[in-house]
Amino acid sequence: MVDNAWLIPLFPLASFFLLLLFGKRFGSRSAEVGSLFTFVSFICAAVVFTKSLHESSYKQTFNWLTVGDAQITVGFELNPLNVLMLVLVSFISFLVHMYSKGYMNGEKRISIFYAYLGLFTFAMLALVMSPNLLQLYIFWELVGLGSFLLIGFYFHKQEAKRAAKKAFIMTRIGDMGLLIGMILLFWQTRSFEYSVIFQAVEAGDISQSLLTFIAIMIFVGAVGKSGQFPLHTWLPDAMEGPTPVSALIHAATMVAAGVYLVAATYPLFQASEVALLVVAVTGGLTALFAASIAVVQTDVKRVLAYSTMSQLGFMFLALGTAGYVAAVFHLVTHAFFKALLFLAAGSVIHAVHTQNIEKMGGLWKKLRWTGPLFLIGTLAISGVPLLSGFFSKEEILLSVWDNGNYFLFTLALLTSLLTAFYMFRLFFSIFGGEEKTPIHAVKESPMIMWLPMIILAVFSIGIGYVQTPWFGTFLGDWLTNENSHHEFSLWLMLIATIVSGIGIGIAYILHRKSSLLTEGKSSAYRVVANKYYIDELYERTMIVSTKAVSRSLVYIERYVIDGFLLVVIRITRMFAKKATKLQSGQVQQYGAIAFLSLAVLVVVYLVAGGYLR
Amino acid sequence: MTSVPLSAYLVLALILFCIGLYGALTKRNTVIVLISIELMLNAVNINLVAFSKFGMTPAITGQVFSLFTMTIAAAEAAVGLAILMALYRNRKTVHIDEMNTMKH
Repeated sequence: MVDNAWLIPLFPLASFFLLLLFGKRFGSRSAEVGSLFTFVSFICAAVVFTKSLHESSYKQTFNWLTVGDAQITVGFELNPLNVLMLVLVSFISFLVHMYSKGYMNGEKRISIFYAYLGLFTFAMLALVMSPNLLQLYIFWELVGLGSFLLIGFYFHKQEAKRAAKKAFIMTRIGDMGLLIGMILLFWQTRSFEYSVIFQAVEAGDISQSLLTFIAIMIFVGAVGKSGQFPLHTWLPDAMEGPTPVSALIHAATMVAAGVYLVAATYPLFQASEVALLVVAVTGGLTALFAASIAVVQTDVKRVLAYSTMSQLGFMFLALGTAGYVAAVFHLVTHAFFKALLFLAAGSVIHAVHTQNIEKMGGLWKKLRWTGPLFLIGTLAISGVPLLSGFFSKEEILLSVWDNGNYFLFTLALLTSLLTAFYMFRLFFSIFGGEEKTPIHAVKESPMIMWLPMIILAVFSIGIGYVQTPWFGTFLGDWLTNENSHHEFSLWLMLIATIVSGIGIGIAYILHRKSSLLTEGKSSAYRVVANKYYIDELYERTMIVSTKAVSRSLVYIERYVIDGFLLVVIRITRMFAKKATKLQSGQVQQYGAIAFLSLAVLVVVYLVAGGYLR
Repeated sequence: MTSVPLSAYLVLALILFCIGLYGALTKRNTVIVLISIELMLNAVNINLVAFSKFGMTPAITGQVFSLFTMTIAAAEAAVGLAILMALYRNRKTVHIDEMNTMKH
């Protein structure tokens, strides 16, 4: 099974082609087709997962190209991190496929939707199996394409179109960084293979300053994909896509690809203190920055989007402070509870047909399933003890504390506080208070939608126990292949719990006073509500200057290049006009010319051949 | 019998060919042009027959070949005249310089 693991991504790919070619024939049954293929893929991933719990890693490569003396290979690699991602991605993808059957019910282009989901799942699964950077890059771009297609799924909506383009371009800027890093690595080591690169790094074949630069460039790629500051502006806009897509791509899997990339190339970062610091500071600042924006947003999906940015920032913070296991652990727990939150939010939107939380309220009694499930997600992300988010967040805090950077530690604590606050603000304003929508309009979603949510909720509660100070550190041992000691820091847990409690408390008090911060009109509020004017800043600087350059290039194209071509065209036409005169229709003229030419040829032949003396 | 040398035949053929060429390239009447072409073919026939007797390897082949040429020439003349007739019915002219519709 393990040596056939390359089949795992091919099932969703088959689903993609099948639905693309015969989607019309399948109609609304596309949902079953897509789900079935993803399910098979998940089962295979699960089998590989159980097998690889005992084997350390497996790798298989084939030669693809030979460039000079460098071999470029393709293949697949199964190490603990890759296998973990495989299972995670295929599992959440399957649940989202299931959920979408209910959510997208009645959508005409449902087969296209499932085809795109299949394409994305294929690319993401292949991405996490890549044994070298080049292959990773190919699938890295493919997941970007999948994201683009799905954000722009409602392409008749102007905002969706804009958001899709924005996401594509912003992530592409980050991808340039990754590409530069890759090329530099290839230049230095003549290989894209992780193992070769890491050996070269260990042996010190790459100078320290260049290594730092390469690591930062790769991190830029991760920043673009994971929506970190300053390339974050696409992620909130990406919420224009259908909600299941937001859950799958923009919460659980694709945006985590940045974290995966840094984790997969972690030896590069470990070799450079500066690069690690850059990762940590970027992550920490983004975490706080995004959390502060999330506090004042009124669109339920945007709150969750900023929350995703913030949590991804947390993961980078952990990576930057040598908390490899903590970051991967948080990636896993976050994938579950954030997917749960998005799906629950989708269920709410499905019921009330609005995304504005100011228009919601009192839905607790109406949405018997969604309400408690949303609460579980909220509790998990807020870091309430005994749920998964608590353990992973505590792990991150511990790694930051051990690193000894108290500035970053303060950032992390503040973010925890804000996270608990904005999540409960969201929860209270959706489910608490009085009803604002007519009663008859609100209906609980069908079983096909709450069943995946229940599964996710179970994992959101339970997945944290794979890495706890009490029951053992299975995840860490497996990932790092050694028995890691885990210090037990009761005070840190206590602080984390207190901080979360304070956040929840503030949210509750503000909710009871029914002034949800949104009524404030202070200048600070406006700055935050406008997302710190980052979009406007980009609009005024980058976009304006790019447009100016484009415009001047248009004039060059129109007048210089077109002018030159016009001259060429005129000259050709002139000669052509002269040449047409030769075709007069006078057959005797042709005959005379033919004969004279023959005579000339004969003379030439005679002279050149030496027959005339 | 053998007093007439090869060059005499060749000169005769050359003269005939040149007359034919001149007629084919200059005469306006298409019938004359066709006749001129026949003349050029006959000049070639003279060459064939002359070489079949005076050539490096004298053989009967040249004469047989000239018979074939005459047959082909007859057929060609028939086709040419037929085309000319059709053209004349359509255009009411036999002047070759007025048959110039196939130009740019």
